[in-house]
This record gives sequence, C-alpha cells and structure tokens, in this order.
Amino acid sequence: MAIEVRDVNKSFGTTPVLRDVSVDVASGSLTALLGPSGGGKSTLLRVIAGLEHPDTGTVRISGVDATRLAPQRRNVGFVFQHYAAFKHMTVFRNVAFGLEIRKRPKDEIRRRVMELLELVHLEQMAGRYPSQLSGGQRQRMALARALAVEPQVLLLDEPFGALDAQVRKELRTWLRRLHDEVHVTTVFVTHDQEEAIEVADTVVVLADGAVEQVGSPSDVYDNPANPFVMRFLGPVTEIGGSLVRPHDIEISAEPRPGSGEATVTRIVRLGFEVRVELLVGDREAWAQVTRGTAERLGLAPGDIVNVRPSPGARSLALTGA
Amino acid sequence: MADSAKNNVEHDVEHDVTHDTKHGVARYVLRTTAVAYLFFLLVLPVGLIVWRTFGDGLGPFLEALTSPSALHAFRVTLVVALWAVVLNTVFGVGAALLLVRHDFPGKRLLGAFIDLPMAVSPVVVGLALILLYGRFSPVGGLLESWGLQVIFSTPGMVLATVFVALPLVVRSVVPVLEELGDEQEQAAHTLGASRLQTFLRITLPGIRSALAYGVVLCLARSLGEYGAVAVVSGRLVDQTQTLTLFVEERFQNFDQPAAFAASTALALLAVVTLLLTRLLRPKD
Repeated sequence: MAIEVRDVNKSFGTTPVLRDVSVDVASGSLTALLGPSGGGKSTLLRVIAGLEHPDTGTVRISGVDATRLAPQRRNVGFVFQHYAAFKHMTVFRNVAFGLEIRKRPKDEIRRRVMELLELVHLEQMAGRYPSQLSGGQRQRMALARALAVEPQVLLLDEPFGALDAQVRKELRTWLRRLHDEVHVTTVFVTHDQEEAIEVADTVVVLADGAVEQVGSPSDVYDNPANPFVMRFLGPVTEIGGSLVRPHDIEISAEPRPGSGEATVTRIVRLGFEVRVELLVGDREAWAQVTRGTAERLGLAPGDIVNVRPSPGARSLALTGA
Repeated sequence: MADSAKNNVEHDVEHDVTHDTKHGVARYVLRTTAVAYLFFLLVLPVGLIVWRTFGDGLGPFLEALTSPSALHAFRVTLVVALWAVVLNTVFGVGAALLLVRHDFPGKRLLGAFIDLPMAVSPVVVGLALILLYGRFSPVGGLLESWGLQVIFSTPGMVLATVFVALPLVVRSVVPVLEELGDEQEQAAHTLGASRLQTFLRITLPGIRSALAYGVVLCLARSLGEYGAVAVVSGRLVDQTQTLTLFVEERFQNFDQPAAFAASTALALLAVVTLLLTRLLRPKD
C-alpha cells in the first residue's frame, strides 16, 4: 500500500471534520476522494500531505509512519485548487523549485525541468511568469512542479475546480493519460461524481467526515452501499418505496409483472433523451427514456402509464422514508 | 493620501465645469482655499527656511553643516535611525507573520499594542523609558552595573525611536501578507523547503515592495523624531545630540544660520524619503 490512513480523527474547534477515517491507497493507483463540500475530503488530503495534523490516528506513506513528519519530509507532491503558483518566479523556476531546494546540479535541473515542461506541454512557456498563463496552463505548471521532486504520492486538491467546464474536461482526460504514463500513486479530491468516475480507478466516498464506501467507479455507481452514495453518484428517483436510477425505469402502456400505474405530468425533451415526469400515487417521480421509446409510446401529459424498475436494475429500499 | 484627495478634487472640477457651472464655482473656491491653506501652512514656512538658508549663498550653508557639532549630530542621527530601522524591520516582519499566519490567545491585544505608539505622545514615551531604564530604577541600575548606560545615551535614544516608529513596518506588511495567503508557503513546504527556506524564497519576495515601503516610512519617522529622543537623550551637545535636537539648540542660541541649514538638510532628507515611498508604494 502506498498510503495507509488508520482511524484518523480531526476537529476544527468543536466541529469534527474527520471521524474514524481509514483508507488504503494501492501503489500506482489513481484514487478519487469524492463527496459533498464540507465532507472532509480536502482535510483528509491535507492530513496525508502533513499540512494538517490528525488529532488521533496514523498515516503511513510507503510503509513509513509519517503521522508526525513535517510536510517537507514526506516527499509528496501537492497540487492546490488555486494553483499556488510562485508569482515572482518564471515557469521554469517554479518547476525547478523542489530540485533547487534539494541542491541538484544545475544541468540536471535544467534537463529534468525541460522534460517535465514537455510532459505538460508548456515547453514554450518556460520563461513566462504565472500571471501570463491561463488557468489550465498554471495548473499544468503546478503539476509539473509537484512531479519534479519525484514524489512517492501525488495529491491533488480539487485540481480542476477553478477552471471553466471546457478546460476541465480536457484536463481530466489529460490527467488520466498522464497517470498511465507516469504511474505515480495519485489521490485527488473532487465533488464532481462524473470527474471521479471518468478519471479514477478507485473512488472513496466521504460524507460528514466519514467514509461511506470504497470501490471501483462502476462498483460505487451500480452497487451503492446506502441511499446517500446512490444519490450522490447519479440521478435517482423514488418509486414503490425504492431508490432507482431514472434510466432504469421501464414505461409501458400495458401492465407488466411488478409494474404500477402512474400519471404523466410533463415531458421534457433534452436532445436524444426524454425526461418523463410522473405522479405515482401522490409521489412525484421521473424516468429517463430514449426519444425512440417516448415516440413509440406516444407519451403525452395526462396519460396513464405503467412503470416498473427494469429487471436486474439495482434499487435500494428506503426504510422509513 | 493628500495627493489622491487633490486628484479627486481636480477630477470633480473637470466633471462639474462641463455639466454644472454653479457647482463649478464652489469647486473653484474650495480648490483656492485648499491651495492657500497648504501655502500658508507648508509651502511658505519651508520656503522661508530654504530662502534663509541659501540667502547668503551656498558657502555659509556648507560651513554650518560641516561644523564639528553638526557633523556629530548627523552621525548620531544616522546611528540611531539605522539601529531603529533594523530593529523595527526584524520585529515588524516577525510581528506581521505572527498576526497573519498564527492564531494564539491575546492576538487582538498584540495588534492593539502595536498601534499604541501612534496614539501615545512621544514625550510620554520618553518619560516612561526614563522611569524604567533610568539610573535610579532597578532595571536601569542593573544594566548600569553591567556597564550599559541606557538613558542619556545611544541605547535609550534607539529605544525611543524604535517605539515611536514601531507600527510602520508591521502595518505596511500585514495587508500584503494577508493578500498573499499561505498556499504558496504550503506548496514550498511540500516541495521540501524548510521554514527558513520558505521564508527567504517565497514569503520575503512576496512582501518585498510592501516591506521596502514600510522601511522607508520607518526611516523617515526615525530621522525626524524629536520629542521622545529629546527626553531620553538629555540633549548633551556633541554627545547625544541628533540633528533635530541640533536645530532646536542652535535656534535657542541665536545661531540661526546653523539652525536653518540643518533644517534644510532634514527637509531634503524628508523629500528624498518621500520620493522613495512614492516609488515603492505597493501598487493599488
């Protein structure tokens, strides 16, 4: 294991932020810490980096107890949401910083920095200052800077959070490819479930300072451990006292085994998909169907239809809801 | 601040002349008043000193400034001011880091204490220092027995000057340090930099211009300090006499050329430091 977090508790004042958190991160993996804001995921990342100290519990990095180790002795790379670029230094000097601190020979530094700048496609920008770069370029520079010291683990705190949607998507794909190239154990924090599912090979869902579930992206999406995880990882709707993904609801004109009657209240066409809003008894629900299905059924507001979760779909019984 | 106020007035005058001549007149009166006020308060007195200084040409001016007493006063002023600037810079940066980057009980109290010298009259500062460090007080007596005379000597004058100029560096650095945030420092730590390396390579360059601004303000204040230094120095001619004390003493002894020459020298120093602060003032 590259990182082993054991029974970590942390409070800010009287507010608990992490409660008995234990997480294992496998060597060479790309792990996402996913959860709503205020769920403790950034704090957990900062505890791993040594930027925060846990009240109780231990952190081991590459088998070494790092709980009491200062951040500069942990050999981790950390990337901040707002880049934390050294504003008074050029891109080259930013990336060279960790190597200069380690007193590496000048020509070695030069070679390594140019290599990294090529890796993050900034070789043309070596002489510029951070203020002359776009947000995406700054974040790539920050990544190169973190990688320069050959860290045992790379930690990214909402790395794409401050970027606009387009750049975000590009960098996501790029990070995945970079990881396949560099293979450094990577943990990143995100509140965007799509980002976690697309990029990570392991997802750790955190809420209210506790780990809700750990698994592969398809695992946490298809087999959520509880209603919270199911709600957080994708759209859900409620029929017959169960939580179901809206795309797992079948609509038919005739009753079928396990189906119940519902009234169509509204139909929204969103490109290829159609959102059908329903009234099941006195509860609102909705289903996501393809345009073809909607046209085949000739759905219109006011229609009485039969709905059921498609056989084999994962649903979670809500108790007491 | 005076400059920006003036700019605003001028700007408003332009604006009003084109849109509203009635208000334009009021603005004109206001501007004349402001100029007249500054003229009688500042330009005329300082101008007179300069005129009197150079009234008999450059010769008497240089002669008055190169007399042994004047040269000695220059030296004392310089020594005291440099010590005060160095001490206040070290303390100022340390206190600013403490106030911005750390949380501790009594933090607000420390902040208030740092501003105290702005409010307390320098004469009071001087008397307080004599009370604590004078020869007949326990602390002063102890120091004296170790061979360190504080009052009526350079250490006391440095203390007095440090005290009155105390807030200048702190208050220049604090807002910039706040704006800088601590993420760059944290990034440096994770890249392997120690606290000292982080301070030297990240924090210091980040606050450089604000620090320089504070240092120059502190220097100007130290060079011009009179009240506190007058009390603790004992005004011993050729011993503890600074340039400001020299001016006052020469004037009392009817040596007006020397008094005016030294005044002009002080004013020139002030102009130079003022220009420096203009150059160094943090943008926006």
